[in-house]
Amino acid sequence: MKMSYREALREALREAMSADSRVFLMGEDVGRYGGSYAVSKGLLDEFGPDRIRDTPLSELGFVGAGIGAALGGMRPIVEVMTVNFSLLALDQIVNTAALYRHMSAGQFSVPVVIRMASGAGRQIAAQHSHSFENWYASIPGLTVLAPATVDDARGMLGLALADPDPVLIFEHAQLYNLEEELSADKVSEIRSARVRRAGSTVSLITYGGSLPKTMAAAEMLAEEGIDAEVIDLRVLRPLDEATILASVRKCRRAVVIDECWRSGSLAGEIMARIAEQAFYDLDAPLARVCSEEVPMPYARHLEEAALPQPAKIVAAAKAMLGK
Amino acid sequence: MIEFRLPSLGSDMDQGKLLEWHVKPGDAVKRGQIVAVVDTSKAAVDVEIWQEGTIAQLLTQPGETIPVGTVMATLLAAGEVASTMPVTPVPPVAPALGPAQAPAMPGAAPSSVLPALRKPASPAARKRARELDVDIDSVTGTGPHGAITIDDVEKFARSAIAPVPVPAMRTVQSAPAVSVAAARHAEMRKAIAAAMSRSKREIPHYYLSEAVLMRRAVDWLKRENETRPLIERVLMGALQLKAVALTLKRFPELNGYWRDGGFQPSTVIHIGVAISIRQGGLIAPALHDVDCLALPELMRSLADLVKRARAGSLRSSEMSDATVTVTNLGEQGVDTVHGVIYPPQVALIGFGRVAARPWAEDGALRVAPVTIASLAADHRVSDGHRGALFLAALREQLQHPEEL
Repeated sequence: MKMSYREALREALREAMSADSRVFLMGEDVGRYGGSYAVSKGLLDEFGPDRIRDTPLSELGFVGAGIGAALGGMRPIVEVMTVNFSLLALDQIVNTAALYRHMSAGQFSVPVVIRMASGAGRQIAAQHSHSFENWYASIPGLTVLAPATVDDARGMLGLALADPDPVLIFEHAQLYNLEEELSADKVSEIRSARVRRAGSTVSLITYGGSLPKTMAAAEMLAEEGIDAEVIDLRVLRPLDEATILASVRKCRRAVVIDECWRSGSLAGEIMARIAEQAFYDLDAPLARVCSEEVPMPYARHLEEAALPQPAKIVAAAKAMLGK
Repeated sequence: MIEFRLPSLGSDMDQGKLLEWHVKPGDAVKRGQIVAVVDTSKAAVDVEIWQEGTIAQLLTQPGETIPVGTVMATLLAAGEVASTMPVTPVPPVAPALGPAQAPAMPGAAPSSVLPALRKPASPAARKRARELDVDIDSVTGTGPHGAITIDDVEKFARSAIAPVPVPAMRTVQSAPAVSVAAARHAEMRKAIAAAMSRSKREIPHYYLSEAVLMRRAVDWLKRENETRPLIERVLMGALQLKAVALTLKRFPELNGYWRDGGFQPSTVIHIGVAISIRQGGLIAPALHDVDCLALPELMRSLADLVKRARAGSLRSSEMSDATVTVTNLGEQGVDTVHGVIYPPQVALIGFGRVAARPWAEDGALRVAPVTIASLAADHRVSDGHRGALFLAALREQLQHPEEL
């Protein structure tokens, strides 16, 4: 069955709400407006205002309320409109949700799921185009997911809710319209990366909104006889090192594609781990394709130039092969 | 326009394979600067340039095998302006190697443009080279910025095997790993065979030897070394080299080359020091101006030369310009060396071990440290009489170690 990423998320919400009465959705415009990205469209009518709750424009407040509800035994799904606004809730996420199990010596857990859109590419300018997955992926106590396929959009939410600790789900805003065949096998775990395209010459390691660009780059490379392997991280914390290292050991070259800014990027962390553990298997210096270190431009051509693009990925992979 | 040609890096070399350029167009070069690495059949040799100027074009690509004398690069002399016409018949392929080819990676890490401290090779390539016993410095890189990749190492390993004939033994070809060193060794063996055959074919050798009392030299060296830190101690080999060099100053007919049917004496004394290579084989790179070196300096140069010869990083001048050879087989315990002259040189001085022997002196028999010094010389240039005088002078020189 063909389904959009957006529909897959909605189906996942519907399934979770139906299966467990403790599950509810809260966030800005999730009810009457149907969600800023129309993910929760129709759910208010179906589940009512107690379970599909519109909140004031206060991320600090409603993320905190979600954490409180989780501590109180509920299974809240908090939608933060975009990662840009999650900065207002950083204290709740980092100091409260991530740390309560530790601070309470294991007495409390915070089974909250926080969904947020991320990324650029829609001409919404610098303040609305951030990719801060790397910030959250650096924090012990959190699980960070980045569904990049319809299957993962459909399957990750339920698994996240089943986790007794806080889980963040990053939905790249460019992916909502992605349409793919939903496979019959349901996604069954949120601990591993996946090989989305098997290859032997260069590992292209990516996640989220950069996956389609990377797949396109792999096709372009294939036309030039370069057999690229594409790894979709899926889980940004904890990182599935085994899959990354197995791919790099096979291909001996790796490009990490990450929409974060280069400095302090998740790409940098992945490269460091490869260098630490697979140094003697490398046949070329590691490379990454990240966003240019500028505030995201508004103008379309500048925005496109600032973001990772298939052509940049192809260039990085070829440079690595001395081409 | 100055032309830089592939020098002969030894009389037995007629071609060489360019492994690497150390310069690029636009670089200013000085006399004696190492500009390229060339693989002779014996070793990867750092080739120096003896003209000053600015590199205009690189005409030879790494990986190419070219005859001695081929113009490898053109240089502009100071003040000279680049001509728009290509000066040589060789097509200028160099720009393809230039820095302009560096991929236009926006925001590329600055570290990637820093000059590498050693020949760039990927970690995987280095690891594979160790596994295959390939000398990584002999491999030509095709990776990013000319780095050596694992593929380059494996291709090199395969090509190093290829020239070695393996008659009727096809089944062993699937195991290249162990044979690279053997192939390398076979190449060196061939080179030695060519030079030594030429020597015995062309040079009418005569041989002389003389027992030399070494008591003074041994005692003096012992006293000297007592005052020196361990790492600065001088070995007998260095003392002998210095003695040979000083003595040769008085015997110019033993120091130089036989070329074009005549003898060309050398004004300098560059002693080729025969060094055995661990994997087998022999190389005799030159120690320059040995007569002018103070002993400690000579010792340092000798140690450095041996180290580099075994590591395969000799300079072109060292490979080509020895004017005479000294071989010391004392460590192996032989009494006398009957040397084979390395053409186009005209003499080889050998030393056996310094051993306690009966020695008649002042009508009495004593036990004293003695070595047998020998001379193999080219009868076209010198006669036994002069050779004998040389050995006598060398003997006397070794009785005055303090002069060395």
